Amino acid sequence: MDDPIIQFVDVHKSFRGQKVLDGLYLDIPRGRTTVIIGRSGGGKSVTIKHMIGLIRPDRGRILLDGVDVLSLEKDAMNQVRRRFGMLFQEGALFDSMTVGENVAFPLREHTELPAPEVEARVAEMLRLVGLPGTQEKMPGELSGGMRKRVGLARALILEPEIVLFDEPTSGLDPIMADAIDTLIQETQEASRRTYVVISHDVRATFKIAHYIAMLYEGRIIAAGTPDQLRANPNPILAQFLRGSAEGPIQVQ
Amino acid sequence: MIAIFELFGRSVLQRVEEIGRVFLFLCETGRAGLTKPIRWRLALQQMEFVGVRSVSVVLLTGTFTGMVLALQSYYGFRKFGAEGLVGTTVALSMTRELGPVLTSLMVTARAGSAMAAELGSMRVTEQIDALVVMAVDPLRYLVVPRIVASLLMLPVLCAVSDFVGILGGYFVGVGVLGINSGTYVANTIKYLELSDIYNGLVKAVCFGGILSAIGCYKGFFARGGAQGVGRATTEAVVLASVLILINDYFLTAIMF
Repeated sequence: MDDPIIQFVDVHKSFRGQKVLDGLYLDIPRGRTTVIIGRSGGGKSVTIKHMIGLIRPDRGRILLDGVDVLSLEKDAMNQVRRRFGMLFQEGALFDSMTVGENVAFPLREHTELPAPEVEARVAEMLRLVGLPGTQEKMPGELSGGMRKRVGLARALILEPEIVLFDEPTSGLDPIMADAIDTLIQETQEASRRTYVVISHDVRATFKIAHYIAMLYEGRIIAAGTPDQLRANPNPILAQFLRGSAEGPIQVQ
Repeated sequence: MIAIFELFGRSVLQRVEEIGRVFLFLCETGRAGLTKPIRWRLALQQMEFVGVRSVSVVLLTGTFTGMVLALQSYYGFRKFGAEGLVGTTVALSMTRELGPVLTSLMVTARAGSAMAAELGSMRVTEQIDALVVMAVDPLRYLVVPRIVASLLMLPVLCAVSDFVGILGGYFVGVGVLGINSGTYVANTIKYLELSDIYNGLVKAVCFGGILSAIGCYKGFFARGGAQGVGRATTEAVVLASVLILINDYFLTAIMF
């Protein structure tokens, strides 16, 4: 791949003796939506958290624009993090703050915008994710899907170069899931930024992905465009895409 | 036989790891608090929570402690006719010992536990990770304001406790037990020195540091969902209370 934005080079990670990443090589293309698929508990979240320095690998290198992010000091790392936005699995909204304060948080922390401007941007962002006028609500009053959409608004408000999505649609009803997928697709097409999505929803993956990587037992076993993946004869990948309990992947 | 050694070795390793983690946590928090400006708005919010909202419970415990002290010491002093010294005993015990210790224990139960629970649930719901991702140092945003607030508010609460304790002692001594009011007040003022009060306040600052650091530490590294948060909270209260009592001895010995 020419000019990948993020590269994993031989990354190893174990938790309490259990191997999660086992020599992971992965390139994330710039300005595209990449979906990492794989089984639950297979290290997808761990992979995405490595990209932003929430988890450090036991061994290996992670390059952002060719620079090894693991060698960075705390302040330099924080500079790097400002290029990222992240949507967490459960939204990770601050439950001591209102929806409006949550979405405004990155703006208030990292910009000097005057208050009316912040409010206007927040209102615009909430409208974009389909929740206009919810500024005064507390996160506890929202449904799971609404929390994820607020989380999305917060992740996008600084218009980051790279946005990471940790299972953006898991646990949502199919209509809400599709609405979020469409939102991801539309914002990516409008902004042409780099999106990295974790998913085990095969249908949604083919809808939004420009590039797909399949993670299995701590490594990428197949990667390519959706068409390339459909044509890939790898039996593990084929079983996953089929969504069948029969095949080389053992159900424990 | 080897299994016993293994078990022993593993538990020693865990302890060493934990001590290392506490030490790093404190160093990083200290660095975050000293090198960068403190977030006073957040610290003020915490001062309200730790300080203002603890006043009622401190008033209650302080008053009743002073009252019971007067009763108990009266019982003892009556045996050799020294009832007049009840006021002195109450004042010295409150300022040097019971004011700081009881206040700190009450604040541990009220605010130390809340710190562990709040930070713990923020940890398990990935809110702390969200702060990190948004390039906001969680130590500076969450931990430093809580520790600063506790360091500042504990001596104030301790002073409140001292005051109402002495007042409670006076009411029981003079009102209930019939000690002469003039003798009571004179003996209180005569034997109580400013250094007694300072000693107590210094202790309160130290205990504030202990209870907030432990509460934040336990919450910050909580794991394992609701159960983990519960465990962190319990551990924080128990550990902070024990450390307060142990340190109380050493601080008293140093400042004797």
